[in-house]
Amino acid sequence: MKINQISMFLENKPGRISEPCKVLAKNNINILTLSLADTQQFGILRLIIKEWEKAKKVLEEAGFVVNVTEVVATEVEDKPGGLAKILEIIEQEGINIEYMYAFTFRSGDKAVIVFRFDEPDKAIKALLDKGVNVLNGVQLYEKSNQ
Amino acid sequence: MRNPPFENVIWDQNETIDREELRSLQLFKLKKLVERVYNTVPFYREAFNKNKVSPEQIKSLEDIRRLPFTTKEDLRQNYPLGLLAVPKSEIVRIHGSSGTTGKPTLVAYTKNDIETWANLCARFLVAGGLRKEHFVQISFGYGLFTGGFGLHYGVEKVGACIIPAASGNTARQILLIQDLKPDVLICTPSYALNIADFAMNSGIDPKELSLKYGHFGGEMWTEDMRNQIQEKLGIMAFNNYGLSEVIGPGVSGECYMQDGMHIQEDHFIVECLNPDTLEPVSEGELGELVFTSLSKEALPVIRYRTRDLAMLDYKPCPCGRTTVKMSRVKGRSDDMLIIRGVNIFPSQIEEAILQVKGISPHYLIEVSRPSALDEMTVKVEVEPWALSDKAREMQELKDKVTKKIFDITGIHVNVELLPPNSIERSTGKACRVVDHRKLG
Repeated sequence: MKINQISMFLENKPGRISEPCKVLAKNNINILTLSLADTQQFGILRLIIKEWEKAKKVLEEAGFVVNVTEVVATEVEDKPGGLAKILEIIEQEGINIEYMYAFTFRSGDKAVIVFRFDEPDKAIKALLDKGVNVLNGVQLYEKSNQ
Repeated sequence: MRNPPFENVIWDQNETIDREELRSLQLFKLKKLVERVYNTVPFYREAFNKNKVSPEQIKSLEDIRRLPFTTKEDLRQNYPLGLLAVPKSEIVRIHGSSGTTGKPTLVAYTKNDIETWANLCARFLVAGGLRKEHFVQISFGYGLFTGGFGLHYGVEKVGACIIPAASGNTARQILLIQDLKPDVLICTPSYALNIADFAMNSGIDPKELSLKYGHFGGEMWTEDMRNQIQEKLGIMAFNNYGLSEVIGPGVSGECYMQDGMHIQEDHFIVECLNPDTLEPVSEGELGELVFTSLSKEALPVIRYRTRDLAMLDYKPCPCGRTTVKMSRVKGRSDDMLIIRGVNIFPSQIEEAILQVKGISPHYLIEVSRPSALDEMTVKVEVEPWALSDKAREMQELKDKVTKKIFDITGIHVNVELLPPNSIERSTGKACRVVDHRKLG
């Protein structure tokens, strides 16, 4: 049920973020979504990419150090209260969220939230128990093509 | 020729001593010193024996070159007071260098040493305009550091009034200047600029303050900085030089010409050597200054390698003082950095970095002086395995490096984490330090 996310550590300087994006573009790799954690001094670029293995390879060939981490993607209703419902489940289980980001597809009434949990398996179980739709890789990328 | 901006008072007749007479005085003192340290300091006896030189072989001033050098490392290895040349009961004061690796470098003074020191400081203070009727604010740190006490005794010797404000609390420094109206300010040049900037930011025109003269030392500075200080504070700014191992401030200082610092040669023999060959450089050429302290009783040094690079000027000075003048310190013959008055070696930074798991041994130190104070940035690389997608973990890694460097050096530096392989690998001698301060 977990999705592979690739991340890169970048200096917080003009031009730094465009470099990996250019590498992906040149190799015709599409980014489904991304998030950027920034501090005054450094940034961490996190990418969800269908062809993540190919992306990792070309980025590493271009000199980047790429980390792969497992994140959890859940579907939520794209309306007020949709996210709050999920967060309540996580909270009740006492699971820590390291970070999260959200995106929507071009069509449909659902949004996708990507979570980085400290206990992903426990979180997945709790979410499934409460009837939340946790997406696996195949489902996620299929939806993005609809 | 430039007219003296104030009456040119010579504090001590030895400042204008005939150079032939000076050389005889130096030789007389050198012979006595060499004999004394040979007989009282085991370290020197051993070093002389190793160099196959005995006190009787010192027959001329040139013979000083047969004597072994003394280094900071020697003092460190003989910590705390292994080089003492008098019984402990004779010492009245301990001072130390601002070295921060664990133990400081300690030196000692007898009652006579303190008297000599005060007189040396009085000489350059008077050469730079200090008079009995003046009020003097000393904004140097008091403590093991020689700056505060050395200048304090010098001012007292002249009979002027001291405001021992010590360093820090800039708002109060300015309050004291406004209310007590001192004529003279004594501190590091960067702190003088700091006071000026602080005043301006508080809506006070520093030019309107009572200050007329400033005596600055304790760190490297430039003519640009002098001009800035003179302009901002509306004063004449004088340079002075010294180091605790030799005596402290008072080794040399400027006269009204503001064109080099007169070395007090009746108390110190100076040599200017090529730091690689240890051969004398030609007059006017840059070299490492090496001092022998002729008068110091408690802890004299023989041919102490300062690692400070400067030039010597033997041309007669219009002020009438016959002593040789040294230029500003233009650099170091080792890689020591002086950051806000604290001595730091890149090796200490390296030591700190190697202790943090997840940081590669490649680093770059950048030093700058964005406003008045020195800033040091240490750029380090994260090991690939230590990279995390969590910002918190990276921040914690960065904090660990900052803390480790603080533990070892005693100062807070900016740490920048860089991705792996972003610091250029050099094939030869690694260039680890970039100094943007443009000193020299």
